[in-house]
Amino acid sequence: MRGYRHAFRKAFPYTIPVLTGYLFIGIAFGVMYAEKGYNFLWAMLMSLLVYAGSGQYLAVNFFVPGISFVQVIFMTLMVNVRHIFYGISLLDRFHSMGKKRWYMIFGLTDETYSLLCTTKVPEDVDEEKFLFAISIMNQSYWVIGSVIGSLAGTLIPFNSEGIDFAMTALFVVIFVEQWMDKKNRVPEVIGVAAAFVCLQIFGADNFVLPSMLLIVLLLFVGRTRLERGGEKVCR
Amino acid sequence: MPLSVGMSLLIILAVALTTFATRVVPFLIFPKGKEIPDVVQYLGRVLTPAVIGMLVVYCLKTTPVLSAPYGIPEAAAVLVTAGLHVWKRNNLLSIGAGTVLYMFLVQAVF
Repeated sequence: MRGYRHAFRKAFPYTIPVLTGYLFIGIAFGVMYAEKGYNFLWAMLMSLLVYAGSGQYLAVNFFVPGISFVQVIFMTLMVNVRHIFYGISLLDRFHSMGKKRWYMIFGLTDETYSLLCTTKVPEDVDEEKFLFAISIMNQSYWVIGSVIGSLAGTLIPFNSEGIDFAMTALFVVIFVEQWMDKKNRVPEVIGVAAAFVCLQIFGADNFVLPSMLLIVLLLFVGRTRLERGGEKVCR
Repeated sequence: MPLSVGMSLLIILAVALTTFATRVVPFLIFPKGKEIPDVVQYLGRVLTPAVIGMLVVYCLKTTPVLSAPYGIPEAAAVLVTAGLHVWKRNNLLSIGAGTVLYMFLVQAVF
């Protein structure tokens, strides 16, 4: 089995959509944080230690006099609560990764989770190294983006409005890929429908937790039907 | 900086630990070596496609559909991305074309 260099080279093409998206939403974060009076070292520290897109956007608002830690923790929990469910799909794969698994768990953003669960590992690459390479590269894009934004965000000459659509497009592409396998269709429809309904009821700021709960409920209810001919999506 | 260095560091630490806590929960409930119940394994299998579906909606959650431009840029870009992908199955082409179209629509058309 070949080494890390090979794994990184093989994994890189899969991460290019995340590269585009993370660079630009990272830049946006860096700009926002710099406007609060925090230089690039702070942005880098936050992106290294926290590593969460919407979580860090929200966190920028915590740096005001009088903020309470209860508030910080509660609001962070609310915006990241969907992540509680992600690890369920990766238990076996991460457990076999030794100490590296702690980094893999730390790096479970929406984008990384989606890539890890849906990318077929090329045959000539060691699976663990390949997954690790994806996680490391994704975070490096995020860190680099936030530093660029912090240092020079306001100097970027071209109009980047709408570039964050790259992230939406990434999920649409993964959605289509998953759709090709008939067994994924019912869960996908459940995901879209539950999220859509909850979005209407609870609004854009509060619909994620109810959506996840509804999804889990529906997946349980449909278990006998879904398991008939169910294939492993993510070992 | 509106806050002291120490306070700022503490806030970052609190956000970091809370974020990590949400991601680590399943691994604490089912640590290495512990048998994972059938029902959880089942959930792990079907959850991914469902979450992908949820994330598509999540990305589009703030799209205004009742006021101009009525979500037209989003709808067009999603359809082009998905259509191209069904046709060519090339990730970068689908994502690149969809994103460029979206940027063009929001910057130059609407």
